Amino acid sequence: MNSSWRKLARSGSFMSGLLIVAFWTLCALAGPRVVPYDPFEDDILNALAAPSLMHWFGTDQLGRDVLSRVIVGARDILLVAPLATALGIALGVILGLVTGYFRGIVDEVIGRLIDALLALPLVIIALLALTAIGPSRLTVIVVIGIVFAPLVARTVRAAVLSERNLDYVAAARLRNEHAAYILFVEILPNVMPPIIVEASVRLGYAIFTVATLSFIGFGIQPPSPDWGLAVAESYGLINGGFWWPVLFNTLAVASLVIGVNLAADGIQAAVNA
Amino acid sequence: MTPHALVVQDLYIAYRVRGRDLAALKGLGFHIGAGEAYGLVGESGCGKSTVALSIVRYLPRNGRVSRGRILIGGHDLYALGDGEIRELRATTLSMVYQDAARALNPSIRVGEQIAEIYRLRGLTAPEAKTRTLAMLQRVQIPDGQSVYDRYAHQLSGGMQQRASIAMALSIDPKLLILDEPTTGLDATVEAEILDLIAQLRREIATAVLFISHNLAVVSRMCDRVGVLYAGALIEEGPTAEIFGDPRHPYTVGLLRSLPRPGRRKDHGRLESIPGSPPAPDDEALGCEFAPRCGLAEEKCLRVAPPLFDLGAGTATRRSRCHFHARAQALARITPDDEPALSATDRSLPPMLEAVGLSKSFGGGRHPVRALHAVSLQLWPGETLGLVGESGSGKTTLARVLLGLVSPDPGGVIALDGMTLAGDSRARRADQRKALQIVFQNPDSALNRSHTLRRLIGRVLARLGRVPRAERPARLAQLTRSVQLADHHLNLRPRELSGGLKQRAAIARAFAGRPRIVVCDEPTSALDVSVQAAILNLLAELQTQHRVSYLFISHDLATVRYLSDRIAVLYLGRLMEIGPAERIFSGPHHPYTAALLSAGLGLSEKTGLRTRLVGEIPSAIHVPHGCVFHTRCPRKLGAVCEEQEPPLFPGAESGHQIRCHIPASDLGARSEFAVQESGDAA
Repeated sequence: MNSSWRKLARSGSFMSGLLIVAFWTLCALAGPRVVPYDPFEDDILNALAAPSLMHWFGTDQLGRDVLSRVIVGARDILLVAPLATALGIALGVILGLVTGYFRGIVDEVIGRLIDALLALPLVIIALLALTAIGPSRLTVIVVIGIVFAPLVARTVRAAVLSERNLDYVAAARLRNEHAAYILFVEILPNVMPPIIVEASVRLGYAIFTVATLSFIGFGIQPPSPDWGLAVAESYGLINGGFWWPVLFNTLAVASLVIGVNLAADGIQAAVNA
Repeated sequence: MTPHALVVQDLYIAYRVRGRDLAALKGLGFHIGAGEAYGLVGESGCGKSTVALSIVRYLPRNGRVSRGRILIGGHDLYALGDGEIRELRATTLSMVYQDAARALNPSIRVGEQIAEIYRLRGLTAPEAKTRTLAMLQRVQIPDGQSVYDRYAHQLSGGMQQRASIAMALSIDPKLLILDEPTTGLDATVEAEILDLIAQLRREIATAVLFISHNLAVVSRMCDRVGVLYAGALIEEGPTAEIFGDPRHPYTVGLLRSLPRPGRRKDHGRLESIPGSPPAPDDEALGCEFAPRCGLAEEKCLRVAPPLFDLGAGTATRRSRCHFHARAQALARITPDDEPALSATDRSLPPMLEAVGLSKSFGGGRHPVRALHAVSLQLWPGETLGLVGESGSGKTTLARVLLGLVSPDPGGVIALDGMTLAGDSRARRADQRKALQIVFQNPDSALNRSHTLRRLIGRVLARLGRVPRAERPARLAQLTRSVQLADHHLNLRPRELSGGLKQRAAIARAFAGRPRIVVCDEPTSALDVSVQAAILNLLAELQTQHRVSYLFISHDLATVRYLSDRIAVLYLGRLMEIGPAERIFSGPHHPYTAALLSAGLGLSEKTGLRTRLVGEIPSAIHVPHGCVFHTRCPRKLGAVCEEQEPPLFPGAESGHQIRCHIPASDLGARSEFAVQESGDAA
């Protein structure tokens, strides 16, 4: 493990990715205290002001400072995306361990259910959940978690399949260990490397998905300064020449996704080496 | 004078790992004359593969020659340009790899791969094919035309290795490198391949570099031998002299640690070399072997010995030891007066009894019949050796007995007269505890995420039912009994050497105080010097705990040391079972005879050979009648093809042979018999 940490520390892509993610995390944590303006305060007289020394990123259609909203907007997405990823990983790991270890009928049934779930587009599932339980941050977390679980499960299952044939599992069976002990204490630690890689890659997707859902209105709801939401509210204004609210929010999403993916690349290289 | 085929001069090779240079070869020097066969022996990690790779210039990218030269036919290998090195590989230099399955291209027909070489040398396609077929015949592939059209995966391991030897010989090389060419093969197939190489050596004047960890193989194949230790030669000389009169304590120790015929657990322990070879990042000031050497003095730790020339005018003999003159005075480290085991009382009922065990895998039309109607008994305190080639069902039998795999209906396993459930989970706690196993490969058997303390402690808790308060004391006691140090308990398996890992696995098997321990090839993944120590440990634990062993191995010499009785398995059937010495002295089943002659040791250089043709048939298409008739050198005729012989009584009670030929005609092979007198060396 020590050598993996050292490899990570020397990985350029991991360190630069980490830097970007750390920046946005800082914004999310300290946002309201460092912003130049109140991100929620309307100033209709000053609506859609172009970027200037007063408002570096300009103002939006209600006259709110875009810079302040972008900084505070990191909050929701950095709360929802990691939680959704964690839920997806947790569900996926359990499913993957169970299907990979027991094989047989359990594997067949769960496997087909997973296939069925994978056949549905994300938006359909989101729409279903939205009408059933109503839009909220929790809905977004649950929807993304459920959509990710099968993908994670497949990766974990493949890793478990090669582990279960190793003799330490046979040795555990000769001690009459419970299946849960074999799965979580014997096998799980040995399949952690692919799970860690999967988690880092999934986090990137989750951020993008949260932004997408918010953009199409199924995700985080107004008046949150969330980036996807902000783009949705102001992209119609581009035709009028008011590009700044869209551009800076888009850049924020893009930079965070790129940062997470850079870090994921670094992790993958360190784990596989 | 013709130039040497190969000269290696003062070669230093280092691999760059995590920013540090790890030395793999440290001043290696030897030469091979034209047409000479030179053997390089050494344990894992001593640099054998690096030597092979450096001579064909296929070192991995992080490997670098930091000093020294390699001359092939007078050319400095590392001064050649890319074109010249390709030319050299195409005309003078070829190599046979350990794993033929990976050395052959899986998607090109075997014949085409060889013919390609001829075509590259300017022959037309039909000419190339003719030459290829001739070459396939030369490596004794019986049906060359059909092998020509097959892919590598359609050939058996032995055939694959023959094909890759044919490929290596097709360029008519001046120097042929054989890197562990028989290591992955079964003993009977290995014997065939070695015969072939010996035969080819007589026909063609190629110089051979034979790299192996197996002393017996090298002693049979080579004119001269070099012993490699920690990246440098420690001894070199003509084969007979090295093996007959070793002059380095390491060689002396290696030779002594081979289990010799006649040596059995009740006579005393095997010799072994303490410790393990140095890690590549250990920088020794003095002699690299000193920490493990019984002769080492203060000077050895301070001053690295040069390679002393012992040549008294004749052939060169060299030894890297300050005290080479008295290397053979190396003290024996294991006392000969270990307490002998009391004989097993076979008038009592057996502890474990299996009746008619069969196991087929995969239903449908072509099930794999791994085990067929095997019956055997095991008495308290005895060792039953289980021998057979790969695919004979040894491991399946072990897993069925343990309850990891349920037998087919009809088979019965009984412990103390009580029938055991097929699945270990359905057995009673004390029954489960009674049967434990030491697996072949400790890397697979020990969970790599757990420390030894946790690995062994868990068994104490689950099977031993040792109260929490007493666990540390029991753990310490177990650790001591397998000769591990206390600090090892805090380590994970990958931080230990192979021998130490296997000790941990043995400690785990004994933690629940079992009555029967299945040892599934426990030493086959280990080096010779470590192997002996593990066998000694198993013998000691047996004396202390009075456990019974089911000892599985493909190597008869290893089985012989520990076993009281031996069972020979072929295609899932018992072919012969009986007292250990009777199995060796005969009369034998023809298959046992073949196994015995395939596993000839150092001292048994000649003698009658029983050679088998072909390889073990697939367990999907088991031959009719006697399953061995397809390879049997003593097949009688139709009766063998039609009727499966039962187990006939052999020479004494408890000895049974499955053969139509009466025991009195099967013949005793005196050369395999016990040689009590041959144990003096």
